[in-house]
Amino acid sequence: MNDLPILSMVTFAPLAGALLIAVLRMLPGGGGRGAQAIALFATVATFLLSLVALGRFDADASGYQLVEDAPWFMGTTYRMGVDGLALSLVLLTTFLTPLCILSSFGSVKERVAEYMIAFLILETLMIGVFCALDLVLFYIFFEGGLIPMFIIIGVWGGKNRLYAAFKFFLYTLLGSLFLLAALVYMYLETGVTDIAALQEYIFDPDVQTWLWLAFFASFAVKLPMWPVHTWLPDAHVEAPTGGSVILAGVLLKMGGYGFLRFSLPMFPDASELFQPMMLALGVVAIIYTSLVAFRQTDIKKLIAYSSVAHMGFVTLGIFSLNEAGIQGAIFQMLSHGVISGALFFCVGVIYDRMHTREIAFYGGLVHRMPVYAALFMLFSMANVGLPGTSGFVGEIMTMIGGFQASSWAAAGAAVGVILSAVYMLTLYRRTVFGELTNEKLLDIKDVGAVEFVVLGALGALTLILGVFPSLIFDLTERSTLDVLRLIGR
Amino acid sequence: MGWQEIAALIVVFAPGVAAAVAGLGQRVLGDRGAMAITTGLVLAAAGAAASLFFPLVFGTHAEGAHHETLVLATWIDVGPIVADWAIRMDTLSIVMMFVVTSVSALVHIYSISYMEEDPHRARFFAYLSLFTFAMLMLVTADNFIQLFFGWEGVGLASYLLIGFWYKKPSANSAAIKAFVVNRVGDFGFALGIMALAFMLRAPDQFLNPDGSVGADYLALLGVDKFSSVKFDTLFGAIRADALVQPFGAATAVPIQSVTFEFLGQYVYGLEIVGFLLFIGAMGKSAQFLLHTWLPDAMEGPTPVSALIHAATMVTAGVFLVCRCSPVYEHTVVAADIITVIGAVTCFFAATIGLAQNDIKRVIAYSTCSQLGYMFFAAGLGAYEAAMFHLFTHAFFKALLFLSAGAVIHGLHHEQDMRNMGGLRTKMPITWGMMVIGTLALTGVGLPAVEGLHLGFAGFFSKDAIIETAYASHDTFAPLAFWLSIGAAVLTSFYSWRLILMTFHGRTRADHHTFDHAHDAPVVMLIPLGLLAVGAVFAGGVFYDAFVEHHNEAFWAGSIYRGEDNHVLHERHYVPLWVLLAPAAAWVSGLLAALYFYGLRAGLGARIAASGGPLHSFLSRKWYFDELYNFVFVRGAALLGDLFWKVGDRAVIDGLGPDGLTAAAKAGAGGLSRLHTGYLFHYALVILLSAVAIGAFILFGQGRG
Repeated sequence: MNDLPILSMVTFAPLAGALLIAVLRMLPGGGGRGAQAIALFATVATFLLSLVALGRFDADASGYQLVEDAPWFMGTTYRMGVDGLALSLVLLTTFLTPLCILSSFGSVKERVAEYMIAFLILETLMIGVFCALDLVLFYIFFEGGLIPMFIIIGVWGGKNRLYAAFKFFLYTLLGSLFLLAALVYMYLETGVTDIAALQEYIFDPDVQTWLWLAFFASFAVKLPMWPVHTWLPDAHVEAPTGGSVILAGVLLKMGGYGFLRFSLPMFPDASELFQPMMLALGVVAIIYTSLVAFRQTDIKKLIAYSSVAHMGFVTLGIFSLNEAGIQGAIFQMLSHGVISGALFFCVGVIYDRMHTREIAFYGGLVHRMPVYAALFMLFSMANVGLPGTSGFVGEIMTMIGGFQASSWAAAGAAVGVILSAVYMLTLYRRTVFGELTNEKLLDIKDVGAVEFVVLGALGALTLILGVFPSLIFDLTERSTLDVLRLIGR
Repeated sequence: MGWQEIAALIVVFAPGVAAAVAGLGQRVLGDRGAMAITTGLVLAAAGAAASLFFPLVFGTHAEGAHHETLVLATWIDVGPIVADWAIRMDTLSIVMMFVVTSVSALVHIYSISYMEEDPHRARFFAYLSLFTFAMLMLVTADNFIQLFFGWEGVGLASYLLIGFWYKKPSANSAAIKAFVVNRVGDFGFALGIMALAFMLRAPDQFLNPDGSVGADYLALLGVDKFSSVKFDTLFGAIRADALVQPFGAATAVPIQSVTFEFLGQYVYGLEIVGFLLFIGAMGKSAQFLLHTWLPDAMEGPTPVSALIHAATMVTAGVFLVCRCSPVYEHTVVAADIITVIGAVTCFFAATIGLAQNDIKRVIAYSTCSQLGYMFFAAGLGAYEAAMFHLFTHAFFKALLFLSAGAVIHGLHHEQDMRNMGGLRTKMPITWGMMVIGTLALTGVGLPAVEGLHLGFAGFFSKDAIIETAYASHDTFAPLAFWLSIGAAVLTSFYSWRLILMTFHGRTRADHHTFDHAHDAPVVMLIPLGLLAVGAVFAGGVFYDAFVEHHNEAFWAGSIYRGEDNHVLHERHYVPLWVLLAPAAAWVSGLLAALYFYGLRAGLGARIAASGGPLHSFLSRKWYFDELYNFVFVRGAALLGDLFWKVGDRAVIDGLGPDGLTAAAKAGAGGLSRLHTGYLFHYALVILLSAVAIGAFILFGQGRG
């Protein structure tokens, strides 16, 4: 046992910050800047705490570590713990959130304190999802995270935020209901809510099929998989920049995490049964949404569709059910978190200045924003999976894994690699290259110091992970092998 | 660490450092600083590469380079897929290092003057150095994934340089086209890597209890560590015909005869890996079907065309095939596909070259055609001859491009040969350089004289390939032979046509331009002169080492030849007429060009003006662009719209959320009710669910 409940500290540090802001807000003059400072401090502290957790984590050991166990309400257990998979996603969350807070300083002007509170609560819930080792705890974090996200879209979102939020609502509610039913059933059958114990439990194959489908309903919407992806472009378009970053960067990963934590280890037979379907859905997502992305006229929508395509690689990797594929899928999740986050920040930079996301409005930005152009180029190239960036490693490993499951799947995914170049380079050309013809753009300013720090940090991480992906692979290898052991491969 | 290692590090990383410093520090350094740093460092790399290359040719190592690999760091390490960041030093990579750094250094120097008036010179030089670095990573890779890093890295640099003048819509289109068409090739390359990772696995019986590969298997392959994507592992397995057990396969099979299912077909493993990798090579080297990007790439500044689209990047495909000689030596179909595609390209591209008026596009199609020669040579098993032509071609084609650049520079960015003519008196040095380049390209030399090596560079390398094609017993060798002879005639014709249209006859340029035309400044002429030296001597001097008596010692195993492959030797026994045929080809091409563009000047223009179907077919480049635009570009747009507007909006949303909304609207009598506080509803649902679960648990535990 650990003497220090480090995971709880990481999880609840943002919440503490939120409470502090809430309290100070009651005092005269306690909103605004003070809230920003506290939020930044709290999220940076959380990031540092998560590094402490990383330091205490032994990547060579199998199973869950840093486990905290305490009796909880109504006889359940408050159980936290991480493996390499969970810890890497926690680090992604704690890394991205301060950047979101930082970037919001310039763009969120109304209800600042409330925005910070929503964001901090969101962070707590997201970290909780990855750390929870108890079904009930997991479910509360998993579903609870949607509330602050809704509020962020609904309050600080764009014109059509109600439609977007409603769509999100329908999809996720449907998924949650199935998930809830499955959880209840599992508890009734096994009498435990401990995730580690449930992973070792062997369900009857028929039961597995039903439970698998119930989990699938929830995780497929989250990831999102084709054809339940259409809420995502709308949600992204309406969300404020920080919301989009977290949505693409972290929330989508809960779907992939769910498959790896629950579906594969708990229902191995069903996972094998549905493998062909999942590979097919992954590839369809890659090709279909890449083609749709190509035709978008809204920058954010294009990147949102691109996200769906990239999550298709995650599906492909996970359901290749082999080491290369799963390692690749985990890496792809982290890499996509960084890259799509950065791309949404890039959109935010010009949106903050011009208040439009229409591709046609822009063009020739390089003449006024050379630094922005360079950074956007880096992330565009990372998004098309250029070797040397993290995007490549995730794509090639998931495809290598996919090939081992089905050469058709790998070939289909590889078509997506061509298409990503088509839509991304076209977007870049239309916004950044060419003559600067729109008069409104004549005075547009290049990235400021804060924006440079945010994008620079993400750019550095993209390259570091692209050149030294072992930083991640070493961390996640044991958990991948654990999953493979549990599914008997 | 000996000099070889130090030199290799300098070769690879000096350009990398140059690119980083010039790219990131351009504001601090300014244009001059950036140019000085990049040019200086690339020159240092060229010097280091020369110190590795020349001893191999002349010298001290009778047995060639001592092959070794400098491992810098581990890149990817997942199960049996291990890819290092490494510098592989064998003859093949050292030859490439020398070609890349020396041409790159000359192009850097040339660009100092050529780009003099460009406001973004620092960026230009950073890109040039970045390209050089990526190309060096490509040629020094010891595994397929690092090779792919360089492969796509040069694609990026090429994209950036073609689109360097980003204001021009045509440059932007060309840049995207280059990247995307290359990606189509890379689709094959990536699948090749996947197929390899699938196939190349140590059999179960050789695995240690902990899953690692056993020592006896490693010894069989002659490697220290097993990796599915490393050259040495693959080549070692092929040489030993070792057992491999593809992923999920029940039994192990010798690698040369292993089969598995690929897209519903049972295929030989080496055949499919070889075929897929070659698709990558077709893209990068602009071979038939994937050639369309290369002529458009001429939108970039001319030094770029010389470096990337003539001497180095486009030859990467040839290098890849030669690097994988152990694979292709054990394939029949894949090697034949290379032969056919190469042979078709060498002829096809030459026909288009006949009818182009843009001076750079003529040379671009010529490049495409010459790459075809290299490919079919490799396909027929004469990898050494392919590499030799790659080597000589780098010098004379860079010379031709840079000379064309001097013409364009002297005429203030005029590229249309119809607006040139009579420039010989105005720019005699450039004329001389262009003629040397043409003599080398068309392969002028003294054939069929034993022991006397007299001729321009292309004479040695091209004739070696043509003789090989005749000597080979391959089914498709006769096709390659006759197409290559035909292409040689056409090459001579379009090359002399270029000279005649540009430099001879009465000028068609306007007075002002013509009067101000002049030879390039000395900074541009020096690289031209050095390349001219290469175009004259690179053939005769290196003939022995590359393809003649000393070739085995020179290549020292870096190129693998199967036991029954003697094609390089058998070419010595071809009949006399085969030796004379290339000479007859260039003479007839020259005479035809003189007739059409000298004696009966204006005849060519009249043929063009008459607009006959054959001429349109050639000048419109066999209508490939039109076809591809129609099928792929419009096809993708159509599908995209269909999926978006019909799939997503009408079907998925229509039946899903929007349909439900509509139904709810009808049921609830208006949207307003739904819009009030559904966030709260949702929160409530979750809260209630959590409580419900808690209750269940409590209840359950109480019961249990």
